[in-house]
Amino acid sequence: MISPRFSKIASWVYLAALYGFIFLPVAVLVLFSFQDGRLPVPPFNGVTLKWYGEVFADSRLMSALGNSLMVAIGSSLVACVLGFCAAYGLARYILPASRLQRGLLVAPMTVSYLIIALGLLSTFNWLGVSLSLWTVGIGHVVINLPLCFAIIYASMGDHQKNIERAARDLGAAEWQVMTQISAPMLMPSILAAFFLSVTFSWDEFIIAFLLSRFDVTLPVEIWSMLRSGLNPKTNAVGSVVFLVSVALLLILELIVFRRTAKK
Amino acid sequence: MTAPVSIRNATKTFGDFTALDDVSLEIAVGEFIVLLGPSGCGKTTLLSLLGGFLSPTRGVIEIAGRDMGDVPPSKRPTTTMFQDYALFPHMTLRDNVAFGLKMRKVGKTERHAKAEELLDMVGLKASATKKPHELSGGQRQRVALARALAVEPDVLLLDEPLGALDLKLRRQMQDELKAIQKRVGTTFVHVTHDQEEAMAIADRIVVMNEGKIEDVGRPEDIYMRPRTLFSASFMGEVNFFPGTIDALTDDAIHIHTALGAVKLPASVMADQNATAAQKITLAIRPEHFRASTGTGPRITLGKAKVEDGAFFGTHHRAHLSPADYPDMIITAHMPQSAIIEPGAWIDLTLDPASVVILPGHPAAKVQEDAA
Repeated sequence: MISPRFSKIASWVYLAALYGFIFLPVAVLVLFSFQDGRLPVPPFNGVTLKWYGEVFADSRLMSALGNSLMVAIGSSLVACVLGFCAAYGLARYILPASRLQRGLLVAPMTVSYLIIALGLLSTFNWLGVSLSLWTVGIGHVVINLPLCFAIIYASMGDHQKNIERAARDLGAAEWQVMTQISAPMLMPSILAAFFLSVTFSWDEFIIAFLLSRFDVTLPVEIWSMLRSGLNPKTNAVGSVVFLVSVALLLILELIVFRRTAKK
Repeated sequence: MTAPVSIRNATKTFGDFTALDDVSLEIAVGEFIVLLGPSGCGKTTLLSLLGGFLSPTRGVIEIAGRDMGDVPPSKRPTTTMFQDYALFPHMTLRDNVAFGLKMRKVGKTERHAKAEELLDMVGLKASATKKPHELSGGQRQRVALARALAVEPDVLLLDEPLGALDLKLRRQMQDELKAIQKRVGTTFVHVTHDQEEAMAIADRIVVMNEGKIEDVGRPEDIYMRPRTLFSASFMGEVNFFPGTIDALTDDAIHIHTALGAVKLPASVMADQNATAAQKITLAIRPEHFRASTGTGPRITLGKAKVEDGAFFGTHHRAHLSPADYPDMIITAHMPQSAIIEPGAWIDLTLDPASVVILPGHPAAKVQEDAA
């Protein structure tokens, strides 16, 4: 018979191990970004903000950061608009083979980013499209559209259908129903889709690496820094990436889920 | 704004199922019409045809003399008040009510003024800047009414709008609906399965069953002089006595039922083309077995024994079994002051004018519903 005291301790240990496993790498990354020395490995010599200073002074890193934000926001906007239109069409109209169409829309979620990137790369080559941030953005729309569609489609219920019917009854044209009724009503899920999509695009590497040439996104720039070896500066820029992701998730939590909870 | 509605031979089929079967109905300007019937009777289908959410398989619908054939809901002079309110959750009450005007490109100041005027009419002016989720069910219902009336439709369609409210609130909203309808003068077409609600608000009731119109008339006519067995049994409690016509004279009709022969004035016959030997049914409301103490013309169906009784406030509701046919159970409403004791004997005395003769015999199920 295991004593309750022991099982209580064991469950706490398990909990600590679980979170340790998930967060230890990030904690180490962040900790050694403050390393006062040249190597981001133990022993920890003391705290300095020098590496962060270097990161923000590095014009290549900063322009990569700008590119990343641009690609993330732009591709997420496009993915949300397309996802919303697809969800509205499939939820509100009887379309031929709508199950198959829904399946095809979400199917790219199951394909690895590497395969998608390779496919896009050969397609762009064949079409003679030169690689740039635009092609990276297109790649990110391809991976995020299924996600945006799935989230928005899942939130379209029959109750809203009746509300849209009421709007039509009061004289709204179809585009007015979509922009003034459906989209605002579904805003929590549209925002959720948008922020998730931004976070995915923000730290996506493979597609960004294979589909860009001169202008690159932040993960690609970090990767080229890593080729010259580890140093606390890579830790610092990694921490910045992580911080932005956390901030996005917090915004998502605060704006979107707080809003839904209120209703 | 208000307009007449003309429905001619409207039929709506869904695959093999006929939801609406060759229905014709004329609705006058400013009338409060209630479509009454059980679920699946076609009343909501008819309302959807008027609103333009469905188009008839056959037949014509005219509003204000205009054929509505190819007119979509947004272009029709109708608005609908939905059962689940269907308010716009992300808009204030004012924006909800002003939405239809906004779609008609009415300026902001003007439409807000109109919206507040309508919110004032339904008693919610102070809540103009609130969102729908802050309101109770009854308040949401009022906003839905204000929103539907804001665009001054010729015809307002009400799809069981009071179904989700509790009884007391429903009675209150019925009075308000009726009062507002009188005030704005718009033609109202209201769908319900609640016969008391229908009687409370309607100028005319349209009783529907299995896609057809069974009966049309003022609440008094439908209740006291129903034209079909279905109509009689759907509008409140009724006792059916199946019988046969023995003979017809100019002013009287001789009938025999399980309870013996009766002679009734010819005026109580719903079908004027009746012939001798035709199967008919006497329909008698429970409250009409009270004539034993009054004066005037009387008929009797013999005596009946009280099986049980319960006090309902306005009356005693008793089950009686007639002496001549003990298998039959009659429901009777006796006066408040009556003393109802099981085993007592009562005279089944009636004013002949209160009896309705309907063609045909009830199907087994109708009898069950009535009992």
